Amino acid sequence: MDEERTKRDRESELPTYNSWQELPHVPVSLGVMGSIGATGEWRILRPEISREKCNRCGMCYLYCPEGTMIFKNGTDPEVNLTYCKGCGICASECPRKAIAMKPENAERSNHGRDE
Amino acid sequence: MSLKEMFANEYAEEYLLAGNSACAGCVSELALRWALKALGPKTVVVAPASCANVYIGVWPGAAPTVPFINMAFASGAAAASGIVAGYQALGKDDITVMTWAGDGGTVDIGIQSLSGAIERGTNFIYVCYDNEVYANTGTQRSASTPLAAVTTTTPFGKRENKKDIAKIIAAHEIPYVGVVNGADPQDVFHTFQKIKNIKGARFVHLFSPCPPGWRFDPSEAIEIARLGVKSGMWILWEQENGIFSLKKGSRRYLDKANRISVDKYLGSQGRFHLASEEEIRKLQDWVDQNWEEVRRRLACEGEGR
Amino acid sequence: MEEMNEEPADQTLILTGNEVAAWAARRAKVHVVTAFPITPQTTVMEAIAQFVDSGKMNSQFVPMESEHSVMAGMVGASMTGARTFTATSGQGLLYMGELVHWAAGCRLPVVTTIASRGIAPPWNIWADYSDVLSMRDAGWMIQFASTHQEIFDSVIINYKIAENPEVMLPAFVAYEGFTQSHTAKPVVIPGQGRIDHFLPPPPKNGWPHLYLDPDRPIVHGNIIMPHQEYMEFRFKIHETMMRATSIIKEAIREFKEVFGRDYYGLIEPYLVEDAQYLLVTVGALAEQAKDAVDSLRKRGVKAGLVKLRYYRPFPTEDLVSLLKGENLKAIAVVDRSIAHGSPTGGHISSDFYSVLCQTGKEITYLPAVWGLGGRDVTVEDQVGLFEGLREFHESGQVRAGKNKLIVGTLWVNLK
Repeated sequence: MDEERTKRDRESELPTYNSWQELPHVPVSLGVMGSIGATGEWRILRPEISREKCNRCGMCYLYCPEGTMIFKNGTDPEVNLTYCKGCGICASECPRKAIAMKPENAERSNHGRDE
Repeated sequence: MSLKEMFANEYAEEYLLAGNSACAGCVSELALRWALKALGPKTVVVAPASCANVYIGVWPGAAPTVPFINMAFASGAAAASGIVAGYQALGKDDITVMTWAGDGGTVDIGIQSLSGAIERGTNFIYVCYDNEVYANTGTQRSASTPLAAVTTTTPFGKRENKKDIAKIIAAHEIPYVGVVNGADPQDVFHTFQKIKNIKGARFVHLFSPCPPGWRFDPSEAIEIARLGVKSGMWILWEQENGIFSLKKGSRRYLDKANRISVDKYLGSQGRFHLASEEEIRKLQDWVDQNWEEVRRRLACEGEGR
Repeated sequence: MEEMNEEPADQTLILTGNEVAAWAARRAKVHVVTAFPITPQTTVMEAIAQFVDSGKMNSQFVPMESEHSVMAGMVGASMTGARTFTATSGQGLLYMGELVHWAAGCRLPVVTTIASRGIAPPWNIWADYSDVLSMRDAGWMIQFASTHQEIFDSVIINYKIAENPEVMLPAFVAYEGFTQSHTAKPVVIPGQGRIDHFLPPPPKNGWPHLYLDPDRPIVHGNIIMPHQEYMEFRFKIHETMMRATSIIKEAIREFKEVFGRDYYGLIEPYLVEDAQYLLVTVGALAEQAKDAVDSLRKRGVKAGLVKLRYYRPFPTEDLVSLLKGENLKAIAVVDRSIAHGSPTGGHISSDFYSVLCQTGKEITYLPAVWGLGGRDVTVEDQVGLFEGLREFHESGQVRAGKNKLIVGTLWVNLK
């Protein structure tokens, strides 16, 4: 995973226009994380990984539809909480039940952005 | 073609970036993620009106990092046909062109341009990700919606059964037709790796359970797809150069004893809550007949490898 | 079809209007032609298929399964940076309507010839501009070709205009079904070298604003919200087209320098300066009307003609300046098309009010419609229209006869 790219967000990378004269001929979009915003704000449940139970098989990374389970061979998987939508597929598919879906609550800081 | 390969650094890059507006638990998003990893960055995607064409985000940002164009609903295959012709004329023949369409844009409004494009032998991949409704516009019925399913335009259950698009396309005699379990990243990844280098028209029918459309909890998406395959409602088969075979994921279900009954699959989703006994029986019969047909075909063409 | 020889010099060939369009696509070295037959443009596609299959034209010829797919294919091909061409008529043009708007919205320099025919029902395949004019607000430039030579030249000139980075808009070149598409005339086909000199190939990296290049991945067509610049992008299409008038004139001027044929500009005036009675119309009937004007002049009637070449962009300024003649008493603007429910029943005659508003003069105005569905319009009919115009100017009425003044418009030869 390109670390650089995951750090950028929508606002910093994309062009802005002050008037119609500055616009290109057609609206062309560029690939960015968070194209709709910080989708972590959608969550009502957040995945929590038990490091004792996790054996780093990578199934959570495989099955995550959003690609917000960050995982490289041999490392601990980590959730990108800025964008994780809380679907719970990772918890369902983990062969060791090492992921629990916990209620997203007042503890959540900074609107779902990870510390 | 092992699972391990999918974790190789070569395939670590995400071509569909997170933070897009796909529903939580969207199987088509999961499938697109792995299809693009398999095909790599020299891929151009045409997305006619469908969920994918909207969930890629709002201008000036977007989720894909490969060239990706939205297209009119009926024209997914036609625009791809034009792109292929343009690249051929300009001598750029190492770019994979793929149409990523929903069932609406394939089985209904898009069927004409799809049939035309593959009849002409257009060198492209056409994917129909089938969530069995017009999901983008709020889950109205499509020809791909199964019998008894509740949708917003069939509020008491659809009266007709599903149009079998893969069989229709298979009758066009193109190099590759395959049914893929969209919720199985291995199936998706290995299929797209395989077909990337086949020349000619390739059609993939992708099983794509839809949490809001089918009314189940997003966390169950992968399991629902498993039930679909175990019950035999979805048969994972391939036809390569006219030769039919069952894929590994479906082989054991050729034996009815290994299949679970259809009502276990139907019962897992809210959309079938109005299915009558008779409709459930019809669906069971339909499944059994489909498998009989598979058995007959295999007997003619040799057992699945 | 005339023998196709491969000499690089200019040739004069006897060609039908449709064959001319095919030759223009060939000389323009288009990369991709998407095709679907419809009367009366079918022979354009057939001629191109002949050229391609016999190795005389190095293009991808894609026989699509419908016109809707034809234009979708054009959009797709054009996005790769290819120069694209197609032809259609009537129902086919209507069927591709959604994608016609798409091509303009993508700002792709696609050129399409239209062998115009009547709109069904009832079924009619003969000359009538209602088809192309039903697309008038889609964002395509629209030019009428009044002679066979002009069909050829217009395709070449419009590629030049369309592919100008300041323009990047598609263009229709329309001519009459059957009366132009299927009749044969001698036409000068310039040698490839001179065409290449006037019309260079598209840029190697694709069009500057929209391209499908894995090395520079972009996403096009995704959603844009009301508070975002949707309105501005749509506004730019119109604004560009209105500003393109100077680029159009420059291209025509340059064409004259290279090829020696003068197309004047967005309009072509004929004996306008001292005219008392003016006819404004389009296409082959405008060219024919020169005979009617000559005939009237011989009789001492100061008749004049304005041939409107470009209908989009609408050349308001040029028209206003043409109407400054002190003698000018009355204008008839005649459509060979029908715009139901419009102020005059005709497309051009309804739009023409914008010109009248700006002349600041008292001029009698008579909108008229002729020749729908290929109904013949003879020189005598055109002379008769001038006479009707004079009568209308003098008395506010038109005598009962072959032409009928109904709901404020003169319907020529209405039964």
